[in-house]
This record gives sequence, C-alpha cells and structure tokens, in this order.
Amino acid sequence: MVSSRAIGYLLALSLSCTTMLAGCDMVLLRPSGYVAAQQGQLVVISTLLMLLIIVPVIALTLVFAWRYRESNTSAPYTPEWDHSIQLELLIWAAPLLIIIALGALTWIGTHTLDPYRPLTRIDSSRPLSFEAEPLNIEVVALDWKWLFIYPDHGIAVVNELAAPVDIPIRFKITASSVMNSFFIPALAGQIYAMPSMATTLHAIINRPGEFEGFSANYSGAGFSDMRFKFRGVNAGEFDRWLQKAKASKDELTRDAYLELEKPSEREPVRRYRAVAPDLFDAVVNRCVEQGKTCLRDMMPMDMHRASRSPSVRDSVAWNPLDAAAVCTADSSAISALLRNTYQD
Amino acid sequence: MANAAATVALGAAGGAQALRFYDSGGHHPENATLLGFWLYLMGDCLVFACLFAAYGVLGRNYAGGPSGADLFQLPLVAVNTSLLLLSSITYGFVVIEMQRKRQGATLAWLALTGLLGAGFVGIELHEFANLIHEGNGPQRSAFLSSFFTLVGTHGLHVTFGIVWLLTLMAQVARHGLIAANRRRLMCLSMFWHFLDVIWIGVFTFVYLVGALQ
Amino acid sequence: MSEHANLGKLVFGRLTWDALPLHDPILLATFAAVAIGGMFIVAALTYFRAWGPLWRDWITSIDHKKIGVMYVILGLVMLLRGFSDAVMMRAHQAIAFGDAMGYLPPHHYDQIFTAHGVIMVLFVAMPLVTGLMNFVVPLQIGARDVAFPFLNNFSFWMTACGAGLVMMSLFVGEFARTGWLAYPPLSGIIASPDVGVDYYIWSLQVAGIGTMLSGVNLIATIIKMRAPGMSMMKMPIFTWTALCTNVLIVAAFPVLTAVLALLSLDRYVGTNFFTNDLGGNPMMYVNLIWIWGHPEVYILILPAFGIFSEVVSTFSGKRLFGYTSMVYATVVITILSYLVWLHHFFTMGSGASVNAFFGITTMIISIPTGAKIFNWLFTMYRGRIRFEVPMLWTVSFMVTFVIGGMTGVLLAVPPADFVLHNSLFLVAHFHNVIIGGVLFGLMAGITYWFPKAFGYKLDPFWGKCSFWFWTIGFYFAFMPLYVLGLMGVTRRLSHFDDASLQIWFQIAALGAFLILLGILSFIIQLVVSFRRRASLTDTTGDPWNGRTLEWSTSSPPPVYNFAFTPIVHDTDAWYDMKQRGHIRPVAGFVPIHVPKNTGAGFVLAVLSTICAFGLIWHMWPVAAAGFVTLIVATIIHTFNYDREFYISSEAVVRTEDARTQLLASHG
Repeated sequence: MVSSRAIGYLLALSLSCTTMLAGCDMVLLRPSGYVAAQQGQLVVISTLLMLLIIVPVIALTLVFAWRYRESNTSAPYTPEWDHSIQLELLIWAAPLLIIIALGALTWIGTHTLDPYRPLTRIDSSRPLSFEAEPLNIEVVALDWKWLFIYPDHGIAVVNELAAPVDIPIRFKITASSVMNSFFIPALAGQIYAMPSMATTLHAIINRPGEFEGFSANYSGAGFSDMRFKFRGVNAGEFDRWLQKAKASKDELTRDAYLELEKPSEREPVRRYRAVAPDLFDAVVNRCVEQGKTCLRDMMPMDMHRASRSPSVRDSVAWNPLDAAAVCTADSSAISALLRNTYQD
Repeated sequence: MANAAATVALGAAGGAQALRFYDSGGHHPENATLLGFWLYLMGDCLVFACLFAAYGVLGRNYAGGPSGADLFQLPLVAVNTSLLLLSSITYGFVVIEMQRKRQGATLAWLALTGLLGAGFVGIELHEFANLIHEGNGPQRSAFLSSFFTLVGTHGLHVTFGIVWLLTLMAQVARHGLIAANRRRLMCLSMFWHFLDVIWIGVFTFVYLVGALQ
Repeated sequence: MSEHANLGKLVFGRLTWDALPLHDPILLATFAAVAIGGMFIVAALTYFRAWGPLWRDWITSIDHKKIGVMYVILGLVMLLRGFSDAVMMRAHQAIAFGDAMGYLPPHHYDQIFTAHGVIMVLFVAMPLVTGLMNFVVPLQIGARDVAFPFLNNFSFWMTACGAGLVMMSLFVGEFARTGWLAYPPLSGIIASPDVGVDYYIWSLQVAGIGTMLSGVNLIATIIKMRAPGMSMMKMPIFTWTALCTNVLIVAAFPVLTAVLALLSLDRYVGTNFFTNDLGGNPMMYVNLIWIWGHPEVYILILPAFGIFSEVVSTFSGKRLFGYTSMVYATVVITILSYLVWLHHFFTMGSGASVNAFFGITTMIISIPTGAKIFNWLFTMYRGRIRFEVPMLWTVSFMVTFVIGGMTGVLLAVPPADFVLHNSLFLVAHFHNVIIGGVLFGLMAGITYWFPKAFGYKLDPFWGKCSFWFWTIGFYFAFMPLYVLGLMGVTRRLSHFDDASLQIWFQIAALGAFLILLGILSFIIQLVVSFRRRASLTDTTGDPWNGRTLEWSTSSPPPVYNFAFTPIVHDTDAWYDMKQRGHIRPVAGFVPIHVPKNTGAGFVLAVLSTICAFGLIWHMWPVAAAGFVTLIVATIIHTFNYDREFYISSEAVVRTEDARTQLLASHG
C-alpha cells in the first residue's frame, strides 16, 4: 500500500509546501508589536506542546493500519482483548498532563495579555517606566469605515492610524451601529467594537512600518472594504502626521460626525483638525444628536428607580454625579457581561 | 393460545437454544408517553430558563421609563396567583377522580380547572392591556420587553393548556376514561403543575422582587 | 381602487413581484435547472405510477427505517445546495483581487456564505445524523420502532419544511446576510429590514421543533424499549452516543427556540432585547446563541464517534477497546460541552478570569476525546483489519480530525484566539473537525448501513474514488486556509487587495474542485450500485460480519424488524449470539402490533410552513389562518384513537419463510 512512488510524491509535496510557506508573510508569527509577538509565541508553544501527542497518534494510526491489515497474517490477532488498566491510565493521563501544562500557560497568558491590562513592558527586553503616559486613541467603528480620535491632540482621522514606536497605546473602542472587531494583526490581538459599549485594548508598536488594519467581524455590505493603514513611525514623523491633520480644513463637529455616521463604503482617508468635546463619550452613550438622553444619564435614573421605594423616589432629585459612583462594574458574573456598558 | 403454540413451535425448532436468544412471549415494551412528555416539559423549562435569564440581564434596563415598582399592582397579581394555584389543586382532584374511574366527577373538576385558568389569563390580559394603553408596552424598554415576554409566554402556555383541557374534556366525554385518555390526563396534569411552578418563579422574581425593591 | 390596493397589501404583505430574482442571471439559471429537474421528477413519478406508493409507503410512513432513509436523502440533496454555495465562494475568492471584483456582488456573496453555514450545519449534517440514528438505533436495541412513531414522521416533515423554506428564499425574496448565527444588531430590524433574516428565523424554528421532538423520541426509545437483557452497559456504543446526542438536543434546542423567538419579537413587535437603544443588549444574544451553538456541534460529532466505534470494531474483527471508558468519555463530553460556550467570543471583552476559565474547560474536553482516539487505535491493535470503504473513512478521520482538534485547543487559548478569531484559521479549524469528523463519519456510516437499508452493498470502487477525492480535496481546500489565517486574513471577505494571498485561494479552489469530484463519485456510486445490485446483493443480512443486533435481521429488515424480540446477554449481542451458536426461529410466529401510517405529520408540517411563510412576508391573514388551521388540525388528529393494527401471524410467517429460503439458498 505504501509504495516508494507514493513516498516520492509525498516528499515532493512537502518540499513544495515548505518552499511556499517560507515565501509567505505569516504576520501572526512575525508581528511588529510586543503584544502580538507574545500572542504569536503562545500559538507556537501551544502547537508544539500538542504535537507531542498528535504526531505519535497519527504515526500510530498509520502504523497500526498497515501492520494489522488482514493480509498480514504474521501479525498477532487477539480478537477478545479489549481491556487494559495500564493502557487506560496512560490514555487518560498523557492528554491530562499536556492539558495541565497548557492550562497553566492559558491562565497566566490570559491574564498577562488581557487587553484591558495596561502594558508593563516595551518589548521582551525593555520594561516600561511607571511615568510613561500611554497615547490615548479613541476608535469608532462606523458603517463601513473607521474613525480614530486622538483626544490628547484634538484631531481625528478616518481610515488611517499612526502611532510612535515604543510608546504604549491605549485604545478605547466603540461602534455606531453593529458589532465590528478592531484588528491590526501586526500590533496586537483584536477586540470587538460594540455600540453603546467601550472596550479597551493596550498595545505597543516596536518597529516602524505600514501595517494592515481591518474589521474582523462581518458587519454588512461594506465590510470587505472596511480597511485602514496603521503606521508605526518615529517621534518626529508622528508630529508631522499630527500636523497634517491640524492643517486640514475639516472639523469633526457633532453634525459632521452625524454626516460621517451615514452608511458609506470605500471612504478615502480624511483628516479633522478639531474634534467636538466629549464626542467619543457621546458616541458610546448614544447621545451625539441634540436632545437625546445619554445612556450615562439614563442609568442612574434606572438605578434610582430600582433601589428606592415609590415615596422616596418621587421626592428625591437625582444627582448624576452622585449616581456615577454607583455605576461602576463590580466583579459579579452578570457585571462581567455588562462591564463594557456605560464606561466613560 | 397463540403463545402456547409459539412455545411448542420454538421448542421444536431449537429447544433451549432458541428460547435463550429470543423472547417467545411477545415482548411488549413499556409505554413511554409519560417519560416522553416529561422530557418535552424539561425542554420547555429551558425555554423559560432563557426567558428568566433575559429578564435577569435586562430587567433593570428601564431606559428612563417606569420600573416594576411603578407598574406592578400586587393585589391583582395576588388574585391571579390564587386562581392559578387553586386550579392546580382542582387538577389534583381531576387525577384523583380519574383514578377512581369516575368520569362525571373528572369532567366537573376539569371544567373548574379550566375556568380558573381562564380567569388567570383574563386578568393577565387585562393587566397587559392597561400597560399598553398607558404607553408602557413591550417596546418601551428592555425591562418591559422581557417582562411582557416572560409573563406573556407563561400566559400563552396556560392558554394552550386550556385549549388542551377542553379537547380532553370532549375526548373523555366521548370515549371515557380509557388508557389513552388517562395517559393524556396525566400529561396535562404534568403540564399544568409545571406552569404553576413556573408562575411561582415569575411571581417571586418578577413581581415581588420588582415591586418590593 | 385604493381598497383594492389595501386588500392586496393585507393579503400579500410585503410580497411583490420584486421578490422574484428576474434581474439575477445566476439565480435565473438555477431556477431553470431546478424547474426542469422538478418537472422531470414529476414526469417520472407519473410515468411509473409512483404517486400512490410515494404517499402510502413513504410520505405517510411512520416506520423508523423509512423515515431514516428520507432524512438521509434530504441531507444529501441539501449537501448539493450547500456545496454549490461553497464552490461559488471558492471560485469568487480565487479571483476577487485588486481591480477584479469577482463575479458575485457583495449583496449576493454575503447571502451565500450565510446560507452555506446554515444549510451545512442544520440541513445537511443534522438530517444525516438524525437519519442514521433513526434507522439504526431501534434495530440495535432490538426494538420494533421508536417510542413515538407518529412524532417521528412529524419531526421529519418539519425538518424537510424548514429546508424547503431556505430553498424558497433562493427564488422568492432573499436570504439573510448576517453569517450563519445572525448576530444582532446586524440581524435586527434596522440593519436588516428585509425578509432574509425572517427566512432564517422561521426555517430554523420550524426545523428546530422537528429536531427537538426527535430528541425526545430517541431518548424515550433508548430508555424504555431496549430488548430484555440489554442493560445500559450492554448497549451498542453507537446507541450510547445516540443517547448522549439526543440528551444534548433536548437540552440545547430550547435555547435556540427561545433566542430566535426573542430576535423575532425585536423584529416584529419592536421589543428591545438586542437593540442598541432602550436598554437592549446584543451581547446577550451572542451568549444565548452559543449556549445552543456549542452543544450543537457536539450533537453533530458524537454520532460520528459512535459510527467510528462500530466500524473500527467490526472491520478489525475485534471487540471495541475500553467500552466502559468510551461510555464515560462520551458522557463527560456531553456534560462538558455545556461549559465551554464562551470560547466562541473570547474577543468580546469578558475579562481575563472569565476567558481563562472557559479556555481551560474547552481544553479539558480534549481529554475524553483523546481517550476515544486511543481506544480506536487499540481496537485496531492486534486486529485483522479489512479495508472496506467504511474503514478507509475511519483511518482518514483519525488522522484528519486530530489535526482539527489540535487547532481547536490552540484556539481555546484566549490570547491566541485574540489573533486568530474570525480568521481563515478558524474557518479551517471548524471545517477540519466537521469534514474530517462529521462528514467522514457519515460517509462511513452510510456505506456501512446501506446494505442493511437496501439489500445490496455500495460499489467499492466508486466508494474508494469518493474517499480519495474527499480526503485529498479536503487537505488542498483547507490547509491553505490555515496559512491564510496566520497571514492575518479574516473571514467573510468578498474582495482582497493583497495579491500575495491569491495563490492560496487558488489552491483552496482546486481543493473544492477535488471535493466536487468526490461528491460526483458518490452520486455515480449510488447509480452504479443500483444497476449492479444483483451482483452486490446482501443475502444474509450480515455482509460485514457485524457484531450488533441490526445485523441479525434481513436486509432490508421486515416492517416489524424482529419477529421475536432478541434476548441479550453481552455487549456485541449479535457477535455473542453467533459465537454461542444461536438458532434462528423458523416457526411459531405471533401477530405483531404496529402503528398505522398517517398523513397527519405531513399535513401539520405543511401548515406550519404556510404560517411561517406568512410571517416572513408579513402576510398576516395567511399566517393567522395557517396557525389556526394548524391548531385545529392537531386537535382533530388527537381525536383519532385508531392508530394501530396487527400484522397477522400469516404475514409474518410468509416474510420469515422467505428469509429462511434466502438463507438456505445462499448456503
């Protein structure tokens, strides 16, 4: 069954595969951001751990299939043998040990690489100093383009993102209408962009370059073109990039945002020299339009309704600042679901 | 008679061997109707569990609108609940009379159960109509959506139960308390009590907890 | 004139002539092909005067064997539709680079990938799995039918009607453009106001009721109707996996019913379960749908595991290694499958502890799964393996599935998932386990039990062709997708700018073409086997030297399965009987109680479909009338107490004597 010709074909196939694989850019395994690098490492280590079981299993399958074929009458045949305590122990124990190792890796890795956790290192060799201020970028996934607001610099850009090398970035991410996923493979893992919620992603770019960014969750007709370029640049280059935005004629007022929010596809890069105050907050709380109640204001009203008896409720004038302290997520299970809601 | 012949024939064919591997007695498997209905009921219970979960997650999202404390009229709900609990008791009597093979009494208790159930549904419809009329329908907020859906689904089940009850009354009247009808009465019994248990959950977690916050 | 228009609007809702795809050449061509094919079938049925037998012997049949066969036919027909979608996608993605936009506009492409997923999971894999369980389990436990034969018929027609609704969406209106799980807010009324998502909801609700009832049916059957002496730990392993699968069905499908009901309330009534405003929470949909979705994939794979257990044991001529631990492994997998659902959305921002918990539970499932693989391996060890076609599928499964399992455990590491979620790596993973696991298992099972169902084996040559095309085609189609995922390519894209990716898509398209050849080989196999059936006949009823009770019956079995219920003393009951020199009884047959055929199941399912169609198109009078008629028809059906009859002992004698003669002539 396994002729030398078959072996020859198999070798040729593996050789061509390897050559092709060597030529392609698997960004997940050679990323340019420290967070993505750690995640890529996890991919490799986990795979190697599991290959410890998988390779023997595949080998044994093919060996047994060959050796115990009907025509091979020289092989022993024990039709009633169906039980062996030692083998069973091995069969359950070996995968269990691998999973324990993988589980430990998972627990530690998941906590270290929690997107909400601020970074503590620039890369594997350099820690981050405590005074290092992250660059804040606010991301809004629209139909079907990306809006990036730089609150510390007062500018905004559509479909282009830039950040200085080796400076930690803190993304706050939301969406305007449907679920998207903010993903720059070279930089860090993805996280969903969801309406009325704000997710957080910490990342850092270690090498200058131009990288792909896109939505990783199907969101409708213009999904395939919902792409942007992420540029890792040195400090001087970054300032020049900011200045380009400052030099633009457009301002991202609330009305301009409402225009932008309307569905459109294949938007070109657009820069805004100013951003309406608290615009991102308004987007998260779904009150960009004049006259709409912000979710942030609705929530304490709801909390008051839930926690007061009728007579007390009617007479107390609610104080939003008062209630804001009530609206923080705690660690209960349901809050874990809701933790993204109403964050400022 | 047929069985005796079978035994003889089997004996002739293969003696002890044949009997050992084949059941000559005409094997009758146990009736699986009650188990099957119970399994369906547990599935239905899961549907309610999802609705309770939805209420649990969304039940405080008033969207600036009214809460349970604002809307729930506990006295009316108490009446409602009593009607339903009473109807469970009357159904208990249905089963007792059924086991005593008393068709007339069975039908009478069934009728009473149906009336109590109808009263329950009627009051609930009245409650819903009032809420909607005031502008507090299921579209007002996620809380109201989950309230209407959970309570409404329960009410819909009770309604189907009443339709089933009427059908069974007709079938008992026509065929009497034959085995098939007794099985159906037991299934309806499980259904009816199940709805009662669900209502206790609704009553506690929706109405009481909501109103007495 | 306006009254006319109003009446029209009332009756026809939002159904207008625009719903017909008169502007779309691909759909028009498909419709023409379907219409011609349909007319051909109608003509053939009329010519052979087959309408009567079709209605009497098949549509109204409550015989689990016939229903099982119909499920499998439904699954295979839908496979052609689902695979056409796949070929269209592969062809499109292989060319849609740079200035080339491909031949499918996004509007069409997005429906195709949604339909492909829905059809393959719910209308191919589920019916095939349900069909095999339906056919085999009563035979394996020595029963005459399932616990609720009428319900079985009804379940089948509900599934078929659900499939019918999906097929209707091809020509009347359109299908959802949301992905196979239709997450809100995209599937909500604002982002998807058209009929597509409604078709999705109602076809799944109709089919879901069928599946749920089927689950109840098979659990009750296995618990209550086993032959005397067959304790739980003496059941065939396929029956064990069927039991666990049906427990999963009963425990998972109600969640699907509930969550789709909530979505439909959002769309029809304007409630706020999953909206962005007024307090809705779309994340809740994601949780609920995956609380169903994960058990669903175990519903698909567990019967396949059962099939492999039977096949490995039979074709190695050896007892299954570690029967007890196989049973425990299956039960553990069943329970654990409820504790892992969040791994489908690690990236939704749940926090590290929650993510890590679900990641670890997902990994734990791989332990009993691995135990099963090893048990199959050690069944082969020191066996005498006959490489009939089912065994080929099994060996390929053992190699292919473990790769998919490995990538699954990899994806279960949350930080790894952060870079791989929704990428083509994920797509490759789940196709790896579904094709390598479920499909290979179903092909093995169909080939294995085909002689039992039809009295002749499938032609081995074309079976081997199909096997090799499928296996090689699978690797060509999906290994490139692993690479593309590692290159950072996400799923559901209808256009690409990076030309360096194209070669991988072209290889994948080649793989799809090879799989197409595999499917064609299978169809040819069916035709050739039918024509050569005289030379492929199974006279003994036991063509493979089987070990379980179904092989003790004739091929095909009589309506009543067993003239006398077998008494069981050991696992591998038939093997035990053969070892200990049982003698088949040839006289003393008694009349047998069997249920009557009925058209009620078909009628009720059609009424459900009419109601569903009305709801989809907002044809409220039609929906209401359909619903009311459905209730009335159900009530009428319950007034029918005359549902069983006796097969006379003379009829049994005739059937059994015929078999006695057949066995004697075979020598």
